[in-house]
Amino acid sequence: MNIMTEQSLENAVGDKMNAKSNEVIKMRGDKVGVFYGDKQALFDVNLDVRLNQVTALIGPSGCGKSTFLRCLNRMNDTIDSARVTGKITLDEEDIYDKNIDVVELRARVGMVFQKPNPFPKSIYENVAYGPRIHGLAKRKTDMDQIVESSLKKAAIWNEVKDRLQEPGTGLSGGQQQRLCIARAIAVSPEVILMDEPCSALDPIATARVEELIDELRQNYTIVIVTHSMQQAARVSQRTAMFHLGYLVEEGATDKMFTNPDDKRTQDYITGRFG
Amino acid sequence: MSSLLVLAIVVAIGVVAFLIGRQRAAAHENGTVKPHSRAHYHGWWAFLLAVLPALLLLAVWTIGSSVYLDRHIHAALPERTADSKVASEALDVSLVKSLAKGIRRLDANTLPASFAELQPLLAAKGVALATDTQDYMIPIAVEANKVQDRLGLFGAVITLALAIAGAFYALRQIAPRARARNNVERLMLWGLLAASTIAILTTIGIVLSMLFQTITFFESVSPMSFFFGTVWDPRFADAGSGGSQGQFGLIPLLAGTLYIAAVALLVAVPVGLMSAVYMAEYASPKVRGVVKPALELLAGIPTIVYGIFAVVTLGPFLRDLSAALTGGSPFIQGQSIFTAGLVMGIMLIPVVSSLSDDIITAVPRAMRDGSLGLGATRSETIKRVILPAALPGIVGAILLTASRAIGETMIVVLAAGVAANLTVNPFEAMTTITVKIVNQLTGDLEFNSPQTLVAFALGLTLFALTLVMNIVALYIVRKYREQYE
Amino acid sequence: MTDIPMDSMVRAAAHPRRDIGLKARYAAERRFRIYGALAISVGLAFLAIMLITIVSKGYTAFWQTTVTLPINFDEKLIDPSNKRATDPSVLIKANYPKLAERALIAKLGIDPSNKPMVMKLKGFLSEGARVQLRDIVAADPSVIGTTRDVNILAAANLDSAFKGQIDLSVEEARRKVSDQQITWMNKLKADGVMAEHFNTGLFSYGASSRPETSGMGVAIIGSFYMMVIVLLLALPIGVAASIYLEEFAKKNRLTDLIEVNINNLAAVPSIVFGLLGLAVFINFLGMPRSAAFVGGLVLTLMTLPTIIIATRAALAAVPPSIRSAALGLGASKMQMVFHHILPLAAPGILTGTIIGLARALGETAPLLLIGMVAFVADYPTTPFDPATALPVQIYMWANEAERAFVERMSGAIIILLVFLMAMNITAIVLRRRFERRW
Repeated sequence: MNIMTEQSLENAVGDKMNAKSNEVIKMRGDKVGVFYGDKQALFDVNLDVRLNQVTALIGPSGCGKSTFLRCLNRMNDTIDSARVTGKITLDEEDIYDKNIDVVELRARVGMVFQKPNPFPKSIYENVAYGPRIHGLAKRKTDMDQIVESSLKKAAIWNEVKDRLQEPGTGLSGGQQQRLCIARAIAVSPEVILMDEPCSALDPIATARVEELIDELRQNYTIVIVTHSMQQAARVSQRTAMFHLGYLVEEGATDKMFTNPDDKRTQDYITGRFG
Repeated sequence: MSSLLVLAIVVAIGVVAFLIGRQRAAAHENGTVKPHSRAHYHGWWAFLLAVLPALLLLAVWTIGSSVYLDRHIHAALPERTADSKVASEALDVSLVKSLAKGIRRLDANTLPASFAELQPLLAAKGVALATDTQDYMIPIAVEANKVQDRLGLFGAVITLALAIAGAFYALRQIAPRARARNNVERLMLWGLLAASTIAILTTIGIVLSMLFQTITFFESVSPMSFFFGTVWDPRFADAGSGGSQGQFGLIPLLAGTLYIAAVALLVAVPVGLMSAVYMAEYASPKVRGVVKPALELLAGIPTIVYGIFAVVTLGPFLRDLSAALTGGSPFIQGQSIFTAGLVMGIMLIPVVSSLSDDIITAVPRAMRDGSLGLGATRSETIKRVILPAALPGIVGAILLTASRAIGETMIVVLAAGVAANLTVNPFEAMTTITVKIVNQLTGDLEFNSPQTLVAFALGLTLFALTLVMNIVALYIVRKYREQYE
Repeated sequence: MTDIPMDSMVRAAAHPRRDIGLKARYAAERRFRIYGALAISVGLAFLAIMLITIVSKGYTAFWQTTVTLPINFDEKLIDPSNKRATDPSVLIKANYPKLAERALIAKLGIDPSNKPMVMKLKGFLSEGARVQLRDIVAADPSVIGTTRDVNILAAANLDSAFKGQIDLSVEEARRKVSDQQITWMNKLKADGVMAEHFNTGLFSYGASSRPETSGMGVAIIGSFYMMVIVLLLALPIGVAASIYLEEFAKKNRLTDLIEVNINNLAAVPSIVFGLLGLAVFINFLGMPRSAAFVGGLVLTLMTLPTIIIATRAALAAVPPSIRSAALGLGASKMQMVFHHILPLAAPGILTGTIIGLARALGETAPLLLIGMVAFVADYPTTPFDPATALPVQIYMWANEAERAFVERMSGAIIILLVFLMAMNITAIVLRRRFERRW
């Protein structure tokens, strides 16, 4: 196990050496472990998330990639039995530190879920929800502006601008997911976590969301969990491969898909398991 | 022959048929043809064919013969005249019937001809009869007994014959490829269906029984003065006198019912809802493990206990408290809308909380995560996402609770008072529909006076009111659940 | 380390902190949480207050004060003309209270000729002494002429005084026990003659107009009959109906109608079932008033929806895989249900049944309408005899004015609650133990 970890560390370090100067570490996981009750779901994960890049977490189901993702904005807090060890930093600050406020953290690190989960409210209210609770808009016109720009950024504005007062649950699956992305953007987070955002969508909708992710990279740091390696290859700059709760390998996406170091990654990429 | 004995014999025939059938079928099991059904199914089929038709016949026969007997007695009774000593024809018949039952204990050949002589004889046997039994009834009763015996004997004979015939028919059917299991299962299915229609029959029974009495009631009191009358003063019914007409205004009762229910909901809904929210969203598993069963126990306490708490403890306490506050006369009466409503509200807390707990936990986790993931605090998530999402379900739950409050009886019987006032002061007594139903129907009563019949009109009103609320509530809750399934 | 130059860049890139009103929002969060905790505490506090007041009022009902007196079964008083051999009614009519009074006079050392003092003894011993002594003599006439110690019940007022429930600082004329009686009571107490015993009468006596000789015997038997009837009728019918609806019913109008009916009946006010019982069972079918049988039928109809709803939930919780497994082996649908589904659903059905029975046991309103508010002194030998029920007995005692009845009523409530708690706790434990996550 040690060998493996060292190896991935080496990779990380090596990549950093080659990194262009604009590659800033936005978030960093240091020996992150997660327990559900007595069962350990994640073991000693060291992983960096770089600013304005898309980091894809891949691996077979049950490998811990979603668990790791949920650690990054402390969504695991909502599960009673979950316990997190190790250290995760956001801009060098430990997010599990007592002084860090979880509400503030989640306002900075937003999340988009596997299944589109719009609130049973109007489209407008769905997007306005975040800014409203955080008090980001003082006036109605400010709010209108936030809603409009968020929907535009999420590339759904043209489809919904005439029916902002209709319920968000009435949209199609792909539209709902983009609405959820708009909802996340509206809070102006620094990092957006996406947990298999396309798994419930049809191929056309998936393509739209993938395009969107690529555009969003300009302004946000994105971490995406995905089941599909093609998707990881299409949207991400960095890829991390998880297996049975361990981080197997991490590196630039091009390298991971052409010339992985770890045998398990090779096997997974070539479809031996998954 | 008594019905019970016939019943026993029929079942015995069935058991014999079962044993023979099973044995015969078992003999086939080693044969060349693979039997369709196991041996015991043949046995059961024989049992059912022997018993079911026979019992059905017995039931029909028993009802039929009692109707026939009534008619027979009716026909034998002398023509009613204005100076008849017995108040009504129905009473006449029932007197003859109880007389007939009584003289069965005596030797039929040595019966005295007058009731005056008969009464001590019967009393010695422990039979007490109404004193207005007339002499002319004695021969009628003797004749009625004879008819009854004949009918009973004949019924017993044909029942037993049918049972034996059924058994033979089933036993003759036994063959390796006979589908005994399918037959038995089809009958079972009918049995299951019949059991589930009892719910419908109950509802029909409720509606019809109350409807008939209500129609009779409206013959003497106009529906207008019942539904829109503002005075409730039924007077007492003197048995047989026809009674002085009272006033039966529903309005004061309805107002009291709704007022008390409103006070109760005012207590129960916020407390119950907040408890449910706390339990679902905040409480640690340990707290939940203690509080949930405790609330269930609270829900399991019978309402009479709440009523007694209200009348023995809380009512006097509030009265004395208000007296102490004003330094003299109490402004809260011992029985008051406030006391009854408060205690009913306490009773409804666990009802509201368990109903809303179900509703709140039905809101999908994704909804919660979506809000928390945006950086909402828990209370923001609850107030702005979960409760609005659960609103239809909660409305349904509140409607169901309101229907419980309106139909609640024992608390108001004890704590609300019996005076039919129209008041807006919550510290005075008001009465409710359920209290009046109980008042009008307990104690000695003559069944056909408006004073008792009004209880059924009140009952029907109550039933209609709660029915509408229940159906609307159940519809809302069902639609709500489907939304998240 | 290679990371060091990176750090400075990280800091530079860090977002400026936004003000998202955290302080106020957390205050709101705390307030909300407190409201929730408060709501639960209010609910539980009411439970506690109610139980405490009832128990504190009622626990004394389980003790009853008696006076142990050497009763001389004086032949001259019981049967002066010695004709009991020919006329046994002499033994019934004899002046038994006199025997008890004489013994008490002797015990207290009062001069029997001092009429005013003897008058003050009135109401010291229970009128129940008559029945008590009569039963002793009737059971064994040879006791006549002998002396034997008997525990005579004290009258209700003396019982209260003995338990310290009467405020002695009140002016003598305004309380029900005179100073002289108190003096005697203390004397007897000091002699160890007057003492409290466990109150078996509370469980065995029937209705009585005197608190000290009234009990819940008839009510317990009546409630027992009713529970047996409810169990025998509601459980099989309820399970059969649930099986039909859950496993066999096709989605059609009839099924919909049945479902709406069941759900509605579960929420119909219980008093309506009483009206149904009065109109249909008593008036139309001519069944006897006040009988446990009719009560049982009414409660059955009332309990059925509860049992059906619980049973259906239990059946629905059995996973489809079990069904396919059974059907795949060639079991008929009926066999699948009775061999596999029903046994697996049994704990859930049992839980629902117990809860339904508990509800039926505590139900009062419908029983009032079918005439179970009755003064029944003798045990009902069959379910067709007049009887009362536990909650109805409580209701009747609640309408009595005397303080001793309030004590008995609270005692009865404790007994009823013990039964109900036992049933509910059994149900909760059963559910916990057999709760299965498929």
